Amino acid sequence: MHALEIRNLTKTYASGIRALDGIDLNVDQGEFFALLGPNGAGKSTAIGIISSLINKSSGLIKVFGIDTDHDFDRAKSLIGLVPQELNFSQFESVSEIVLNQAGYYGIPRRSARANTERFLRQLGLWDRRNQRSRDLSGGMKRRLMIARALVHEPKLLILDEPTAGVDIELRRSMWDFLRDLNAAGTTIILTTHYLEEAEHLCRNIAIINRGQIIENTSMKRLLTQLHAEIFVLDLSAPISAAPEGSDFDFRLKDDTTLEVVVYLGQTINDVFEFLSGKSIQVTSMRGKSNRLEELFVNLIQEDE
Amino acid sequence: MNSTTTFEVDMKSRWQRNRIAFQTIFSKELARFLRIWMQTILPSAITMALYFVIFGNLIGSRIGSMGGFSYIQYIAPGIIMMAVITNSYSNVVSSFFGAKFQRHIEEILVSPVPHVLIVAGYVAGGVARGVIVAFVVLMVALLFTEIQIYSYAITLAVVVLTATLFSIGGLINAIYAKKFDDISIVPTFVLTPLTYLGGVFYSIDLLPDFWRTLSLANPVLYMVNAFRYGILGVSDIGLGTAFLVIIVFTSGLFYFSLSLLRRGVGIRS
Repeated sequence: MHALEIRNLTKTYASGIRALDGIDLNVDQGEFFALLGPNGAGKSTAIGIISSLINKSSGLIKVFGIDTDHDFDRAKSLIGLVPQELNFSQFESVSEIVLNQAGYYGIPRRSARANTERFLRQLGLWDRRNQRSRDLSGGMKRRLMIARALVHEPKLLILDEPTAGVDIELRRSMWDFLRDLNAAGTTIILTTHYLEEAEHLCRNIAIINRGQIIENTSMKRLLTQLHAEIFVLDLSAPISAAPEGSDFDFRLKDDTTLEVVVYLGQTINDVFEFLSGKSIQVTSMRGKSNRLEELFVNLIQEDE
Repeated sequence: MNSTTTFEVDMKSRWQRNRIAFQTIFSKELARFLRIWMQTILPSAITMALYFVIFGNLIGSRIGSMGGFSYIQYIAPGIIMMAVITNSYSNVVSSFFGAKFQRHIEEILVSPVPHVLIVAGYVAGGVARGVIVAFVVLMVALLFTEIQIYSYAITLAVVVLTATLFSIGGLINAIYAKKFDDISIVPTFVLTPLTYLGGVFYSIDLLPDFWRTLSLANPVLYMVNAFRYGILGVSDIGLGTAFLVIIVFTSGLFYFSLSLLRRGVGIRS
């Protein structure tokens, strides 16, 4: 069963802006799905419609088979939303915010308390439970929104740029948390500007641009579309010029840093073999840019 | 048979879920205004005490009796009703607009709370504040004059209905409001004149025919007089007519507010 099924979804705002131009999307149960796109592409509009914060113009949305036109309340009880903008009361305490959210979903008080404690502990906020939300740090506020979205144990969790403005250490701990959540059965849809995040976490991906889905495939298949990848090599000893006499495209950045473009069909082993033949030793290597980022930029440019 | 059982279980769980959701909104509203009681309850007590001192004791002693009661006794129900109207309206308009402004109204919108319960929850909060303020102002009034309540049932019914009506009014105002200025325009330019001209300080029998007839178009007049009947047993308006007007206005505004929420006016793009 699809956790989410979208057919020909359109949205035209009162201002006349057409934010969604007939998108179709399927997200299978248990998936960790990335929805990517540049600013203003329509990601947040799509998420807003799925979670009932925005009225659609036309189209069909089903959440675990439930048509939102027929029973949106039941569909909503299966969704948890972590929005892009902070949207909790600044004057309430951490536990009040999470407990009240459980109440809106009709969860009895005892279960609500137990879930609140569980998720606040898992997200490292239990010690802050009596603190006013406005006194939390930026990262804590983000985690509070995740705890709030999970308190009714949704089957589908939608995260709209959950790690925006969060430091690397915290971002990685949030990745671990989300991975565990997904492994336990929760379907997750993630939008993010950190493409590294999408590559690390998601199995499937859709790219949206100007209100249309321009790519919808598995992460693995998408990355095989990459025709060339640039690697940065740190050398053990300085060289005066980029090595010649191979099919590889070498560029010397400084006397101990070499860049190499590896095209589809070439292997990194061949690069090392060639450099060894030239008595050039490599001490370390890294990708110049995120692979998904390159693909993403290419796809958006092609679409425009 | 099996599907019927499932349906019944589902409906039962929906009822329970809705009850919890309503309690959550209501208790959150209650906690909100009680937490800041110095801004929500106390000001009415002080303002109304000043009304009793100035209009009741100082000026009222020179006016003499009205409707068979001393002037301070005559205006006491109107002053209490004025506090109920102001407080129930401002409670909901500020709370709902605040929730819109800070965007935490989205917490409710994404959850499966039916629109009717959103209206009911916020209005119940406004009614609770109206009733508490009515009690506090009544206690203040007792410091200045003797009041023997004629009918507790009518008094309570009018307070609850009036608070409901103006809570819904506050909700509608908040739904349409886009900035903070928008939540003070109606209270200043509509509510205050209607209240002052609604027979709080005088009997409309004192007015010339034209102004008396015009006053009958003011819905606040019916609330003040029904409440005055509940407390003193006298009224410029028939009790049945007063209740009918209040109920018609309340029902009309209730369905209007519900349709606004269902269409997403002011809360969904």
